[in-house]
Amino acid sequence: MNTLPPLAAPPRAEPDYLRRDRSLRSWLCTHDHKRIGVLFLFTLTGFFLLGAIAAAGMRYALLSPQGNLVVSDLYNRLFTMHGVIMIWFFLVPSIPTVFGNFILPMAIGAPDVAFPRLNLASWYVFLAGGVLVLTAIGAGGVDTGWTFYTPYSSTYANGYVMLMASGVFVTGFSSIFTGLNFIVTVHRRRAPGMTWFRLPLFVWAIYATSIILVLATPVLAITLFLMALERGFGVGVFDPRIGGDPLLFQHLFWFYSHPAVYIMILPGMGVVSELLTCFSRKPIFGYRVMAFAILAIAGLGFLVWGHHMFVSSESLYAGLVFSLLSFLVSVPSAIKVFSWTATLHRGSIRLQAPMLYGLGFVALFTIGGLTGVALATLPLDVHLHGTYFVVAHFHYIMVGGMLMAYMGALHYWWPKMTGRLYHDWLARISALTIFLGFNLTFFPQFVLGYLGMPRRYAIYPPEFHTLNVLSTAGASVLGVGYLLPLFYLSWSFFRGRPAGPNPWGATGLEWRTASPPPKDNFEETPVVTEGPYAYRPEEAAP
Amino acid sequence: MSGIPMDRAAYEAEERAATNRLGMWTFLATEVMFFGGMFVAYVLYRSSYPDAFAVGSRTMELGCGTANTAVLLVSSFFMALGDRAARKGDRGALRGCLVLVALLGMAFLAIKGYEYASKVDEGLIPGRGFRYPGPPQLPLFMTLYFAMTGLHALHMILGVCAVAWLLWRSSPRRHQSVPVEPVAIVGLYWHFVDCIWIFLYPLFYLIGR
Repeated sequence: MNTLPPLAAPPRAEPDYLRRDRSLRSWLCTHDHKRIGVLFLFTLTGFFLLGAIAAAGMRYALLSPQGNLVVSDLYNRLFTMHGVIMIWFFLVPSIPTVFGNFILPMAIGAPDVAFPRLNLASWYVFLAGGVLVLTAIGAGGVDTGWTFYTPYSSTYANGYVMLMASGVFVTGFSSIFTGLNFIVTVHRRRAPGMTWFRLPLFVWAIYATSIILVLATPVLAITLFLMALERGFGVGVFDPRIGGDPLLFQHLFWFYSHPAVYIMILPGMGVVSELLTCFSRKPIFGYRVMAFAILAIAGLGFLVWGHHMFVSSESLYAGLVFSLLSFLVSVPSAIKVFSWTATLHRGSIRLQAPMLYGLGFVALFTIGGLTGVALATLPLDVHLHGTYFVVAHFHYIMVGGMLMAYMGALHYWWPKMTGRLYHDWLARISALTIFLGFNLTFFPQFVLGYLGMPRRYAIYPPEFHTLNVLSTAGASVLGVGYLLPLFYLSWSFFRGRPAGPNPWGATGLEWRTASPPPKDNFEETPVVTEGPYAYRPEEAAP
Repeated sequence: MSGIPMDRAAYEAEERAATNRLGMWTFLATEVMFFGGMFVAYVLYRSSYPDAFAVGSRTMELGCGTANTAVLLVSSFFMALGDRAARKGDRGALRGCLVLVALLGMAFLAIKGYEYASKVDEGLIPGRGFRYPGPPQLPLFMTLYFAMTGLHALHMILGVCAVAWLLWRSSPRRHQSVPVEPVAIVGLYWHFVDCIWIFLYPLFYLIGR
């Protein structure tokens, strides 16, 4: 490394990134990673509400076994809308684009990401994809499910499949831009002294996620392109009439979509590592092992896609290998859960709102992970495939895991983003409401699935009625839990108490600058002299 | 830690260049996966229907494909020479090379266009208009041919645009300095697109002969 001549003294007391320039134009043309993070926060909140409305429609339709509220066709369109929006327009971009953008450059001591213009382009591309998908939904929707399985999607489906698929295709480029940006940023923009093994686990997690984004998303793009080619021009690549294989579509699709599960969960694991250390005043247990576990999950995630096709005419031997590889993912996942638990041991634990979300993540992710092992077991999957057991399993990972982590990240970094505190008791009540509502919604679905209730139907036999009513009641509680933050966080933005630079007494570099941070994050480049999480439990928390 | 003081501007330029190169390499990794999905489809179907693929391969114009391979390899050679000229600061040689690269790129596209047109004439367009006698899986081969070479041609079009941008960027009226890093970055992309063709050529033109 070369020594540099000192810079001229920086100008003092620069206005923060929110107050620097309040014009709309300055927001829409911004290259500031923090503002782009905020733009994504607003966009994703909007998409989340739309996806939640579709979910609410389904849950209320399932209140009665005959499906009185919506006809089956509308029900199919609702679950497609829910899946497409929640996966590609909320979960995949959620933590990377909002907190990855806002926090990651600060967490490594950088003034911005490596390619700020590409970062803004990522938001516009995301919007363009979103407009296409919303147009498709507004025009009448799609009934294929979010997976677009051929030959149904390419030949038989009535609906705006092309429009929907092109929206997803376009949004993929946003994922690629963001992933590429973070990879290069972590490689090239670390502050002096910020070595790889001093990176916070949140940065490791976003880095691993970015690698998956960059390598998996193009495969989805090409798969949807081939599907659209077949639908638009009748030139089937997956068309059995000319020798094509519909199973190939599923292989290519899940080659993206299974790693996408890790795109959706790894950032949550990173966030939770930050939360549990900060609110128990303990260094993370087994830092290096945790970092390697993240990379191991990202790598193994590419080798397990076949477990989605155990009952789709995949060969028995392929099934056995995919089953074994899927079991292997549970090793690094379990390492993480044990490390988090060991981190809490003898810590000085404070149950503030972000911590409640963090603990909720660990509990729900463990249930989701263990039921995942059940589903990866070849003979059990034959029984459980296509039932509500699967629905409950992946919602425990996606909602119980990722969404809890997203809410935790929002509550943890909110004072940094806005410079203000929120009402802590309201936040705790909302965290508990979400936890209870979530379990009430999805735990009955494990039972329903085990009893054999198939997914994707608007009607069901009357013996499943009670458990479905419980699940819908839970969804209502969950809805209240998600709406509460909308109010108290908005209130906090305008009227909350000033937070100061470091309200939680946390150790990350992002807490060493003002809240909200100035445009270039730091008044002078921080120099890192020790690893992350230098917490001491015997010291009183602020 | 060398401890040798360094000019700040030079240091930042070097940092910027390394960042841009890493960005391009990462982008090329996404491109490998982008084409990779179709190569997987090709491998699967060729192992299932080797006869149909052999018949399909014999409908290709070997001369055009071979000529295009030569055109692309020569263009990559001039791209590399241009990169060398840029590093030496030789503006004239750089611009000469870039002009040749762009012309060769356009020649490739012209030959490809001629091939596509003759496929239309022979009724080898997959879909309802397919009227070429052959095994039932022949349209599968042709779909892969059009999808893979079509995407490659799209990459060529973007590449020619990038080279045109370099020509504008290296114009003596516009800029004082000769662009070194942009030439290196576009060069990486150009060589990559060339490499894709090196795989496409045997897979489509040579297998059945």
